[in-house]
Amino acid sequence: MSSLLVLAIVVAVGLVAFFIGRQRAAAQDNGKVKPHSRAHYHGWWAFLLAVLPALLLLAVWAVGSSVYLDRHIHAALPERTVDSKVASEALDVSLVKSLARGLRKLDAGTLAAMPASFAELQPLLAAKGVALASDTQDYMIPIAVEANKVQDRLSLFGAIVILASSIAGAFYALRQIEPRARARNNVERLMLWGLLAASTIAILTTVGIVLSMLFQTITFFESVSPMSFFFGTVWDPRFAAAGSGGSQGQFGLIPLLAGTLYIAAVALLVAVPVGLMSAVYMAEYATPRVRSVVKPALELLAGIPTIVYGIFAVVTLGPFLRDLSAALTGGSPFIQGQSIFTAGLVMGVMLIPVVSSLSDDIITAVPRAMRDGSLGLGATRSETIKRVILPAALPGIVGAILLTASRAIGETMIVVLAAGVAANLTINPFEAMTTITVKIVNQLTGDLEFNSPQTLVAFALGLTLFTLTLVMNIVALYIVRKYREQYE
Amino acid sequence: MTDIPMDTMVRPAAHPRRDIGLKARYAAERRFRIYGVVAISVGLAFLAIMLITIVSKGYTAFWQTTVSLPITFDEKVIDPSGKRATDPSVLIKANYPKLAENALVAKLGISPDDKPMIQKLKGFLSEGARVQLRDIVAADPSVIGTTRDVNILAAANLDSAFKGQIDLSVEEARRKVSDQQITWMNKLKAEGAMAEHFNSGLFTYGASSRPETSGMGVAIIGSFYMMVIVLLLALPIGVAASIYLEEFAKKNRFTDLIEVNINNLAAVPSIVFGLLGLAVFINFLGMPRSAAFVGGLVLTLMTLPTIIIATRAALAAVPPSIRSAALGLGASKMQMVFQHILPLAAPGILTGTIIGLARALGETAPLLLIGMVAFVADPPTTPFDPATALPVQIYMWANEAERAFVERMSGAIIILLVFLMAMNITAIVLRRRFERRW
Repeated sequence: MSSLLVLAIVVAVGLVAFFIGRQRAAAQDNGKVKPHSRAHYHGWWAFLLAVLPALLLLAVWAVGSSVYLDRHIHAALPERTVDSKVASEALDVSLVKSLARGLRKLDAGTLAAMPASFAELQPLLAAKGVALASDTQDYMIPIAVEANKVQDRLSLFGAIVILASSIAGAFYALRQIEPRARARNNVERLMLWGLLAASTIAILTTVGIVLSMLFQTITFFESVSPMSFFFGTVWDPRFAAAGSGGSQGQFGLIPLLAGTLYIAAVALLVAVPVGLMSAVYMAEYATPRVRSVVKPALELLAGIPTIVYGIFAVVTLGPFLRDLSAALTGGSPFIQGQSIFTAGLVMGVMLIPVVSSLSDDIITAVPRAMRDGSLGLGATRSETIKRVILPAALPGIVGAILLTASRAIGETMIVVLAAGVAANLTINPFEAMTTITVKIVNQLTGDLEFNSPQTLVAFALGLTLFTLTLVMNIVALYIVRKYREQYE
Repeated sequence: MTDIPMDTMVRPAAHPRRDIGLKARYAAERRFRIYGVVAISVGLAFLAIMLITIVSKGYTAFWQTTVSLPITFDEKVIDPSGKRATDPSVLIKANYPKLAENALVAKLGISPDDKPMIQKLKGFLSEGARVQLRDIVAADPSVIGTTRDVNILAAANLDSAFKGQIDLSVEEARRKVSDQQITWMNKLKAEGAMAEHFNSGLFTYGASSRPETSGMGVAIIGSFYMMVIVLLLALPIGVAASIYLEEFAKKNRFTDLIEVNINNLAAVPSIVFGLLGLAVFINFLGMPRSAAFVGGLVLTLMTLPTIIIATRAALAAVPPSIRSAALGLGASKMQMVFQHILPLAAPGILTGTIIGLARALGETAPLLLIGMVAFVADPPTTPFDPATALPVQIYMWANEAERAFVERMSGAIIILLVFLMAMNITAIVLRRRFERRW
């Protein structure tokens, strides 16, 4: 029986238990004893007892039976010898498993007259649309047949146990029903656990991010020393063909980090003044009507996916700037099609709404009294803004800029398209430079051997990026929060 | 107070007003105001330029040139040896482009023996004609031997020429369409056989190496699956987490930790979620690469913080008096939350969810890492089949050199932006309509 069918039956049992439970509880309410819980709580409690333990069992059984099956196949395989045709034991097992999966598609008649050699079996399977690796061996066929039988037995037995537990849970809950039974408290306690579990997902995600990247990074540092990664100035990973192993590339972080910071700096140079000035204007000068038009428009700018910005940079702005610079010098262009300047400029525009909405919140949080005091003393509006409001909002604005900077550092699609892939070290903003995020994408797209340093380095880069942004975010959030409390 | 006689009070002589630089200060005020206007204009101008360039480049992608030809399903071409009754593969392998070519030769009045002329026809019709005609024959084999009018796609270069996008003043050897083909094109156009039609293929075709037969069908389905998965997972989990944190959690170290985590996750670069998906879902749990399901999971994790932050704000905005009233009437805390607070907070939650979904729909970077940059020609039937996503499809077309792909890419961007705009406007309308001020 497939686990999906078992799941459906379990849910059906639960629903039946729900209706019986509700019915029973309602029938018991004869007006003499005041019931503790309303009838549907009894129903839900029966549902939960019928479904939850069974689901837990189902999960355990699924994992357990696949482990058992692996061991079974392992044991049935012939002893490995020097002239074994298959490269490794693990590959052996996986070949048998995919063969067993393929055999499931055959009809009963074919299975009864099972051909003994793979050469005869292959066209039969191919007719059913099952493609198998050609190094499947003849001796695997009986093992696969046997494995299928074992699996059938296991899943039948498992289904019986799970269904039994489901029905038992339902009966237990239904027997408990009486007017003073605390069904609501039981249901609500379980609900609370559910809510708590949902809120721990955030922690699990962070743990998952850190652990997954940490393990891969440690493996990476086994073949490349941390010193040469963190302080190396040459990035030349040399895509080695699978298995060649001989050519070791150089994985220097410095050029990537420099490119990342340079582009982020250019972007901030655009985004901070423009974003801050728009926020000031919107908060202090704009009439409600202007505000109601301009604010959604700026939000629209924030809602455009970054890939669209990237494409605008590479298709329109990059060539335009290149041709413009060529026209200015009357010959060779000094701005390349992909350059730090182009990428930074476009990223800066992308960040304008981020800066402006964050600082808008902070500026409007400055208490009215401070504004009125300054205006009352005869300062003009701009003087009030420059001498009173901005200094008062400064910590918050610094936090906002830090958050923006962390966005700039982690931004991927714009730089993938507009910044270039060459790991240069240059100070000329009109040349191409590459970033950490670009290299993560480059190293992990395409078919690669997963355990080579060439791919693992992406996780080391990712961890560096994560740490960098984490520190900035935490500092920024701390500043913003502390500042908010000040005026509340 | 002592009385001071009126006459002893010395009235100070009215001296000229002290110069406090009012003129300069007002000038500074004006300048400052102008800076603000300039800043806003810069942002809006950029938005306008970007949208205009994309739309002007992309709107032509919604039209595609086709040639209407009377195709004779000639048995001698399809099945020269007459074996189709016994061997069905004959109909699959038949030389269908030859049928289209013959029809075109007849239509243009070229002598069938004029080989050099026929050679020049190469690249006039799309290679997609093979599939198109094969499907017609496969659906109804009795069509063989008859003639019927079929709209055949023109090749991408001819399509560009037809739309006037190819500069004909460039010398013939340096452009992709020959003078002879242009002459034929104009002839067919004058006869009304060659015309632009609405490009429905853009919405249905999968990946293809030829621009005229490539479309976003697979990407739309993939994106749809992912949005459904994100909605089904992120909304319940996000709402549950927010309810716990906002209504039940005691203020202690553990809840502080969760809170810092959520705020930080909201600001983690999206590509990091891609690395997580690759390492955990694909390598550790062995899920399939390029599948919409994995993409949906990754985007769920990415969207959760957004939804949680919006939901918590919506829950916090419900006034405490509602809570007290519900509790006072004897509701349990759970009943209070689910029967009173949650319905009142629903519009805010919905708005946050739609904005989170819109962001997930436009997200590209994490999907690149879990292998959704794949050449997928057939539409996926389940979320576990290889698929692409709208923004990834745009990225893939951006890496193609041919101009026809750039046109399709801009068309795809327009479609993506329309989707996003629709979602955002829905969110804004919802907020306006149902927002309550307590």
